[in-house]
Parts: sequence; C-alpha cells; structure tokens
Amino acid sequence: MELGKPNQDIFATTLLDLAQNDPTILVVTSDSRGSGKLVPFGQMLPNQIVEVGIAEQNLVGVSAGLASTGKKVFAVSPACFLTTRALEQIKNDVAYSNNPVRIIGISAGVSYGALGSTHHSLHDFAALRTINNIDILAPADNFETRQAVLAAMHHPRPLYFRFGKRPVYDLHAPDTIFQIGKAIRLREGRDVTFIASGETVARAMLAALHLEEAGITCRVLSMHTLKPFDSEAVIQAARETHAIITVEEHSVFGGLGEACASILMQRGLVVPFKIVGIPDEDTVTGSQSEIFDHYGISAEGLATTARTLLQVEQSS
Amino acid sequence: MGLHFIDYWGYPSALDVTQGDREMDVQTLQLKSVAYRKTILEIIKQSGAGHTAGSLSCTDILNVLYNHVLNVDPDNFADPNRDRYIQSKGHSVEALYTVLADRGFYSREALATLNKYKSKFIGHPTRKVHGIEQNTGALGHGLSIAVGTAIAAKKDGRSYRVYTLLGDGELAEGSSWEASMTAAHYQLDNLVVIIDRNTLQITGRTEEVSSLEPLEDKFRAFGYAVRHVDGNDIPALIQIFEQVPFVPHKPNLIIAHTVKGKGISFMEDTVKWHHRVPTDEEFAKAIEELELAEVKLKAAV
Ligand SMILES: Cc1ncc(C[n+]2csc(CCOP(=O)(O)OP(=O)(O)O)c2C)c(N)n1
Ligand SMILES: [Mg+2]
Repeated sequence: MELGKPNQDIFATTLLDLAQNDPTILVVTSDSRGSGKLVPFGQMLPNQIVEVGIAEQNLVGVSAGLASTGKKVFAVSPACFLTTRALEQIKNDVAYSNNPVRIIGISAGVSYGALGSTHHSLHDFAALRTINNIDILAPADNFETRQAVLAAMHHPRPLYFRFGKRPVYDLHAPDTIFQIGKAIRLREGRDVTFIASGETVARAMLAALHLEEAGITCRVLSMHTLKPFDSEAVIQAARETHAIITVEEHSVFGGLGEACASILMQRGLVVPFKIVGIPDEDTVTGSQSEIFDHYGISAEGLATTARTLLQVEQSS
Repeated sequence: MGLHFIDYWGYPSALDVTQGDREMDVQTLQLKSVAYRKTILEIIKQSGAGHTAGSLSCTDILNVLYNHVLNVDPDNFADPNRDRYIQSKGHSVEALYTVLADRGFYSREALATLNKYKSKFIGHPTRKVHGIEQNTGALGHGLSIAVGTAIAAKKDGRSYRVYTLLGDGELAEGSSWEASMTAAHYQLDNLVVIIDRNTLQITGRTEEVSSLEPLEDKFRAFGYAVRHVDGNDIPALIQIFEQVPFVPHKPNLIIAHTVKGKGISFMEDTVKWHHRVPTDEEFAKAIEELELAEVKLKAAV
C-alpha cells in the first residue's frame, strides 16, 4: 500500500475542479478554510465562498438558506463542532427541512490527537444515524474520497462527510466501482471479516496481512457509507466467514459496530462478533496513531482480537 | 509597599500593587512575561504543536491576573471563595499552563510531557491539570460558564470574582452574546470579561473574516461597562483591574488591545503564527530576542 494524501486535501482539490465549471457550487466556511485546504479555492473562486466567522450554527443555517435556492452548498468545518454545536441546525434546517447541504466534517475522529476531547468527533455517526434524511459517508482513502464527492453532486438528500487530517494509504485499484450505500470488498478470506470505515480500513488491511501469515484469511470491507447501510454485506459476512470484527474511529456506542450488530440480531445471525473503536472513557492523550494503537486499532491489536474471537468460536 | 513607575499610556504614575504575599513590582512582572514567553515557545517547540501567537498575545494578561489580581494559589484552589479564571480561548493553553507552573501548581518540568502519549497536559485546558477551572477548547463556551459561576456567587453571598478571557474571533459564536444578555440581566458586576483584541483569527483579520466593529458599541448595548486597555502593558493592566467594578450592577468588559505573537518580532501581528511551530532557526532567533528583552529590562532597573 502506498501513502496518499490526506482525504480532506483530495476533497478540496476535487471540489475546486468541479466548482470551476459550476458557479452554483458554493463553499461555506467558519474560519475553517485553512484546515479545510480551501485557501486556493477562496483565492481562485472568491465569489463561490461564503465566510461566516467562528460560528458553526450560523454556518449550517446559512448553508441551508443558500441550498434552498438551488445552490450546491458544501458547509466545511471541523467535524467535532459541526456535529455537536450545530446539530440542531443539521437536524432541523438541513435534514428535516430537506435543504440538501453537503456537510463536510474535517479533521474528524481523533485526527486532532492531543488537542483533546473538545476536538474529537467520536459521536457523529451516532448522532447523525438517528436523524432522518441525512446520509453519512466516511471514505477510507483518496479514491473513495474523490468518488464520494463526485457522487455527492447528484445525491438527492443531505449528506454528511467525514474526512481526516493525515495522509492515508491508497487501498483501491483505480477501476473499483464506488457507489454510495455499497460496501467495497478489499480482500477476500474465510475466517474473519473486518468491517471497517474511514481511516481504520487501512489498519484492518494491515491486520489481514498479518493474520494471513499465520494462516488466518480475512475478508475486509470498506463500509464507507454508514447511511444508507449495506445490510447485505454484513449478512453475507456472517454467512460466509466465521467471525466479524467491526473497526471504527468512533465511540463503540452508536456507530458502525452497533449498526452491524443490529442487523445480525434482527436476522437471527449469531457469529463471534467484536466492536473495536474508542471505548467509553476519557480518551488517552496522543496523536491519532497513538490513540489507535492504544485502543487496539492496529495491525497487532486487531490480529489479537481476531485470534481471540476464533478461539471462542472453536471452543464453543 | 507603594510602587512607582513612569506615566504609562495616560494612566496614573503611582499604584499600590500590594496584595498579600503577591506583592510584586512591575519590573518583576515584566521579567516574568519574558520568562513566560520563553517557556511557551520551549514547550511548543518540544511538543511539536501549539497555538503560538495567541499564547504570546495573552501572556501579559495572564501574568497580571495570576500574579496580581486573582486570589488563587495551589493551596486555596478548593476554597469556594477563590476567584475563578476561565479561559474561553482555550487554544492558548500554553500560556495558561506556563503561568500555573510558575504559580506552583506543578513543576515546570511537568510541562515537558505536553501533548505526549498519556500526558494529562493536552492541547487545551483540562481540569485534570491542577489549577484549571474548566475544560475549554471549543470556542464560545467560557462566557456562559463564567456567567453561571458569577450568578452562584451572588446567590451564595460570596465575594469572589469570575474572570474570563475570550478571543476576538471567538466573538462570532452566538453563545457569547446569549451569555452577555444573561450577564446584564443578572447585573453581574462580579464578572470580568476580557477580550484579547489582537485583530487576528486563523483566516486573517477579524474585520475581513467577520467584522466586529463597532465592538465597544455592541458591548455597551448589551449592558456592559466597557474599558479599553493596552493588553500587553503590565502597569496598564494592573490599573484597569484595580478599577473593577467599573460601574455597580453592570458586568465588566475589558477590550484588551494586544499584539498577536507579542514579543517576537517576526511573529508579531502575522496570521501565519496562529498555530505554527517555530523551526530550529526561528526558535533560536526568538529566544535570542527574549534574552535581549530581559537584558534591557534588567538594565532599566
Ligand atoms: C467552536 C470552535 N470553532 C472553531 C475552533 C477552531 N479555532 C481554534 S482557534 C481559532 C481562531 C481563534 O481566533 P481568536 O478567537 O481571535 O483567538 P486568538 O487570535 O486570540 O488566537 C479557531 C477558529 C474552535 N476551537 N472552536
Ligand atoms: Mg484574535
């Protein structure tokens, strides 16, 4: 795997390309264009950027108003502030009122590392999954990011994107088909399925490589869309492999893992199953990578989890 | 002990800065500011992250607050009568950690762990660190918390004051204005709101990003008693805090005119130093400038 760019950089360049040919595309920022890599956008297309200052609630409300007139609006701000402070605007002014704003949560998850809990978004999947009429995307790599932004242009509903700040590994062959709501199978195996989203997919891939050396084969799914959810991919994984491990840069509550668990339970499918994410505790101080390692979102950590699950299966 | 210094920014030429054991003359405080700036740069350099310019901007304000104004120290931190300082512009945590270390809340060496794996010293104020009143970092929260704490003082008949520091860019958050309405409504003359008016935020000038002016008029209209001060001038800061309460029954608001990146020539008033970490060369030059400032201050004594 080769190291690509940060997904939020790819978002910004893709959007700039699109916006140069479409004046109805607008970006709305809250003192966030620097972090959003949108300084070139602001310079090249000054009439297509609206700045509201450090005011995320205002950002989402203004974006809803702009979108109501038919403009294609991207509201860009750190995921942590957008999905907590501006949650009511997202729920009422965007989702409920059906103003199809593309909400772009940058520096998501624990991208901000040691800046701490105020800057982490470990709740956004949970918060937004419970809100009707907003779809949720967490691209894993540069390819998925670009495809997701392109797909968003024709998406009929409000959308939330979650992008990280660090360079990510390229995971996909260029001819891969990307479709909102459809998981991508990155690797095939019989023993364990890793269902991962966003920046944890690469870690699951590394774990799969690790396990293969020990003769344990893994399927790896990039679940880039949290909503609408690809239930079929989860059901298949339960039927065709021996165990499922979900991996997410999110609280273990209310995110990808619980979405999978809910589907399995309601289909009566029982497989050894483990949700790996950030536990319900004061998040350890460190960089994104240190935080991942600390909570077992690492090749070694995930491989250990896989072995433990398979042992449970064998002994039962 | 009375203390004398020359006429400064039009304020009186003599002040009594005696306050319990925190009696400290202006030169000592000025030297402290230089030392604080050094430490701020050192810990940012060492940890490889930090909000450099905003910390340098409010260093003198924190210096005067903790060494002259607040009745807060490591021994009385659990005392319900202590003054409260809530740093709403939480990103300037390096300044706060530095001043608290100097006040004896923990050792300066402890700051070497800033932002490191498992450290309690994270990149925004956290109550895990002794001396920190509230967890901040998301802008636009401190004023509401300060208002609540000040209302409690009134209810309990306590004489403590509540001080909070806001960035000027931060004022775009609507919550600041909601809190201001409550502050005026409850006539919180025990509340002291300080605006770090360095005229910069991340993207550029506040007036270009989201205009604030006429700022004083806005605050007055919201019911504050407003004063201006040079927020990088120690004697002027001492003077202004001594005037609190400015007007009985009105919340106090100080527009502190500061220079972002204050004290380092090439960081001053430039947007790019918001959260930039100095290179080795820049760091050496910055320390050199501070050492020169120290020599000059000592020579003037
Ligand atoms: C709610 C929220 N939105 C955005 C940010 C990101 N942020 C951190 S500092 C900053 C700029 C602050 O500017 P200002 O208030 O003027 O502070 P100063 O110039 O003193 O550093 C921004 C946008 C944040 N911390 N919290
Ligand atoms: Mg400012």
